[in-house]
Amino acid sequence: MPSLKDLRVRIASVKSTQKITSAMKMVAAAKLKRAQVAAEQGRPYAESMERMLSGLLAGMSSRDNAPKLLAGHGREQKHLLVVVTSDRGLAGGFNGNIAREARRQISSLQREGKEVKVLIIGRKGRDALRRDHGRLIIDTVENVTRNGAQFEPARELSRRLRKMFEAGEFDVCTLLFNTFKSAISQVVTAKQIIPFPIEALAPAAAPSAPQGGVYEMEPDDEALLHDLLPANVSMQLFRALLESYASEQGARMTAMDNATRNAGDMIGRLTLTYNRSRQAAITKELIEIISGAEAV
Amino acid sequence: MADTFQFEIVTPAKPILAESAELVIVPGAAGDFGVLPGHAALLSTLRPGTIEIREKSLKVLQRFFIEGGFAEVTPERCTILAEEARPVAEISRDDAEARLKRAHDALMLSNTLGVRTEAERDVRAAEAMLAAVDAYESGTQRGH
Repeated sequence: MPSLKDLRVRIASVKSTQKITSAMKMVAAAKLKRAQVAAEQGRPYAESMERMLSGLLAGMSSRDNAPKLLAGHGREQKHLLVVVTSDRGLAGGFNGNIAREARRQISSLQREGKEVKVLIIGRKGRDALRRDHGRLIIDTVENVTRNGAQFEPARELSRRLRKMFEAGEFDVCTLLFNTFKSAISQVVTAKQIIPFPIEALAPAAAPSAPQGGVYEMEPDDEALLHDLLPANVSMQLFRALLESYASEQGARMTAMDNATRNAGDMIGRLTLTYNRSRQAAITKELIEIISGAEAV
Repeated sequence: MADTFQFEIVTPAKPILAESAELVIVPGAAGDFGVLPGHAALLSTLRPGTIEIREKSLKVLQRFFIEGGFAEVTPERCTILAEEARPVAEISRDDAEARLKRAHDALMLSNTLGVRTEAERDVRAAEAMLAAVDAYESGTQRGH
């Protein structure tokens, strides 16, 4: 049986925890709103890029001289997984879900006899995967989404990936990130970005090309593709960062909301115990006094 | 035929501009080209330079500096995809000069081929930016 003082200390501590979690919840809610706006504003660029790519590919007569980013190395031996996680924890299952999916993919690729490398964005992903797959991790990039998702880090990352791809360090690159559905639901998504998956282009995008013909290309289709594909890699990375950042804030908001509620329940229970013990102590004292008086 | 077409500049972070325009001059990789309503469908890469939105009378309404990108033109629409776009009026000469200097320094330090081409591209972009500011300033002075 804890003493009255213990209970008081306990209650005070849970209360201060509750204050922290409810503040974190509000911060996450504000950031989530901004992240959603940012994701929305990034959509037109992605749509236009997709339209241009499909228009371009539809108009190309042959893909024999296609850039490597489209055609690949002609083998699928070395896989690179880019795992997008957060730098900070306390976001519910956000990082855990990604890490679990990453482990699943790594082991299934390894069973097929492929060589797997992992590039991690965000400190939490490294912490989660270091124990099992520490040897596979080639690098961890931190602080990418400290002030929300920015385009610049995505562009740098894409440059680095392209350099690695050209050096033959991997054949297939897959992005693994959380897609934002709602504040309570984030879906782990795997998306191949290198080589560019032609099948992924929505066929619905094609009719937007002008009737009776295809685009005129300037300077020519190969040069266009040569420039457009790297830009597409940057864009896909940026989209993943945007989605992941919004998901992180959503997951944190939900987790902190639950934590705040749990703390409230716990305070209630502790207060009840505290009052009961206090009452019991008073009753006990009274009984002692009365029986003392009777004895005299 | 309609007098105007829909003109858009979009960057990854957000759409910069969406309005109807009468004439737009775009810095294509193979030379500047003008877009009027009813332009033939075209896809083009862009070099770093200035996009000019003009009236039919050729009077310049707005200028945007882009660091390369892509243009998609259809008879009723023109979309510019650029990783960065800014109104030229918001770029200061000091910024442009500092950037050119940085780019030159980076070029000097670079030795591997991949980095070098990138640094060269950066220098060209910075030069284009400075040129854009120059053109803008001389234009406004003439206006006074």
